Amino acid sequence: MAFDKMELRDVEVWDGNHAAAQALRQCQVDVVAAYPITPSTPIVEGYAKFQSDNFIEGEYVMVESEHAAMSACIGAAAAGGRVATATSSQGFALMVETLYQSSGMRLPIVLNVVNRALAAPLNVNGDHSDMYLGRDSGWIQFDAYCPQDAYDLNFIAFKVSEDHDVRLPSMVHQDGFMTSHTAQGVTTMDDDKAYSFVGEYKPMNDMLDFEHPVTHGVQTEEDWHFEHKARQHNDLMTKVSPKIDAVFEAFEKHTGRKYSQVETYDMEDADVAVFCLGTSVETTREVAREMRTKGIKAGVVALRVIRPFPFAKIQEAFKNVKAIAVLDRSAPGGAPGAMFNEICAAMYAAENSPLISGYIYGLGGRDLTKAHLVDLYNELEANVKAGKVTTQLQQFIGVRGPKLAYL
Amino acid sequence: MSEMKKIKNLKEFSTSADRFEGANLLCPGCAHSIIVREILNATNDDLVLGASTGCLEVCTAVYPYTSWDASWIHIGFENSSTAVAGAESMYNALKTKGRLKQPDRNPKFVAFGGDGASYDIGFQWISGCMERNHNMMYVVLDNEVYANTGGQRSSSTPIGGSNTTSPAGTHSYGEKHNKKDMMGIMAAHNIPYTAQVAPNKWKDMVKKIQKGFATEGAVFINAVSPCTTEWKFDPKDTMALTDLSTDSLVFPLYEVIDGKEWNITYRPKNVVPVEEYLAAQGRFKHLFKDQYKHMIKEWQERVDENWAYLNRREEARV
Repeated sequence: MAFDKMELRDVEVWDGNHAAAQALRQCQVDVVAAYPITPSTPIVEGYAKFQSDNFIEGEYVMVESEHAAMSACIGAAAAGGRVATATSSQGFALMVETLYQSSGMRLPIVLNVVNRALAAPLNVNGDHSDMYLGRDSGWIQFDAYCPQDAYDLNFIAFKVSEDHDVRLPSMVHQDGFMTSHTAQGVTTMDDDKAYSFVGEYKPMNDMLDFEHPVTHGVQTEEDWHFEHKARQHNDLMTKVSPKIDAVFEAFEKHTGRKYSQVETYDMEDADVAVFCLGTSVETTREVAREMRTKGIKAGVVALRVIRPFPFAKIQEAFKNVKAIAVLDRSAPGGAPGAMFNEICAAMYAAENSPLISGYIYGLGGRDLTKAHLVDLYNELEANVKAGKVTTQLQQFIGVRGPKLAYL
Repeated sequence: MSEMKKIKNLKEFSTSADRFEGANLLCPGCAHSIIVREILNATNDDLVLGASTGCLEVCTAVYPYTSWDASWIHIGFENSSTAVAGAESMYNALKTKGRLKQPDRNPKFVAFGGDGASYDIGFQWISGCMERNHNMMYVVLDNEVYANTGGQRSSSTPIGGSNTTSPAGTHSYGEKHNKKDMMGIMAAHNIPYTAQVAPNKWKDMVKKIQKGFATEGAVFINAVSPCTTEWKFDPKDTMALTDLSTDSLVFPLYEVIDGKEWNITYRPKNVVPVEEYLAAQGRFKHLFKDQYKHMIKEWQERVDENWAYLNRREEARV
């Protein structure tokens, strides 16, 4: 029985989870193996309903854990077809072993990660602590700020990952609840137009080609391991970035919607800039525009691609800025924030030397308010005037109790 | 449906087209390679294979070499079952979508794991694959120990065995717990076919494997795999030791159909005392000291009890 196509309005009101589920449906994924976890559950529920209503022709395997979900995805991808899944937080943590295995085996899986805090204490709300578990895993990481991005980036992720020069898996991140459960207008593609962007999967080293048996997941020790890891790193450092640019350009031609690896806002003449990820980006842009009316030349820089880290593009984005606040929405665990460190590393090697300060915020779903951001821009302006960072390098925003500041 | 391969005698069987090459790094006398060859040689159909981290994996796929002339995947210690289930799901998807490169083939999906990978760390993954009834076969190469890492106990390790994490000593007879009844647990999934096999009884084994390959749905096989290194016997005695394991009824050969129909497939003409099985292995050497001799009697009682239980299950048809 052939599957049915779904009629969509040009603009649908979808939350981030539904947007991601619709994208997976339209990409005609061959195998989805998944396990539910808050807040990503509606992705796999939505996908299951599509299957029950004959909108999907592929296999949907509801497994018994997130580790099994990624294990089945690896087996399915090695067999030779389009594969995807979704998870969050503790489930993502359980998957970590297999993240390294899927990327090391060069299998182009797409994983939707709906970001959520990590226990303990147990918490179902959004922050980026889980996201950083994937940071060194050899995956490509895209970051969505809203449901539209969550929809679009899935198509982009398949297109990049499945390229035979890339053959690396991709994560599409979105913020738990703030994106995943917040309905917004999403401009859609009809099913044919959507599928034509990703096209039919082209297998490579597929286990189901019985004329050419392949061995996947071999043993290497000190004689070969380093070369394999170095090759994978080399491809991430040299091949993936130009491919992402090309796919972003193709997507813009296809839909009119433009994405960049580093998303800049009002940065042409900015003196002070805030760097952030996820849903905070839109709020910060609004505040930056308001700061301009108060005479502060404020801008916003955000990553669309977390891995491979767009080192040179970050340097370019910040090349004329005098002070930067780097916002990290993850528990720092006894160190400067993860993104603070990465921005500092890029700017240390840049020609200009902006003042950089770090802020930890929003853990476990705590709100980042416009008032917080106004204070932040004012603090940056004070740093510019003083010609130095006037505060400690690491501060906390929005946490109760005595003010926390370190370094 | 593919045609069942006909096997007339051991010589013909042993010289079948090999898809598991003799060029591997397994110990001389290792039963793993014998079992794997017997399973692969039971069919002429295409194969999609998986292996958990363990002896079989580290000895057969060391880059840039492979011992496998069939598609093969290894991911980690706990998930060969699910890796193969994923591949089987992809096969079904591509079949539905008409995208198989060789649509006329009838591949068999087989995952291998040691007892550590199966009774312990991969238990949940196997249970999931069996419960979902993937059209695949899971084979435990049961040598009752973590052999690849140097002989630590698993939940398949039998009571009284000495190993590196429950060693025998002046105040201990070694392993304290009874072996997990994996066959019973898997049969309780009500899967179409569950069987225990041994490489010495190759006709019984091939019959069961072919039955498994002809089954639509999940198949669980537990294969006794005497380990020359950790059971501590001479590599030339692997088959003699396997004979002792089946003829003492320590490893009874039986099958379970749909979780209900239990059939004992081998009844030794002369049942060997368990003491002979224990005496042939260094891992039980300490049980023959006066201090621990009571264990031998207990072993015999337990084996007798289990044999009576299996006979009752066979008779009851439940």
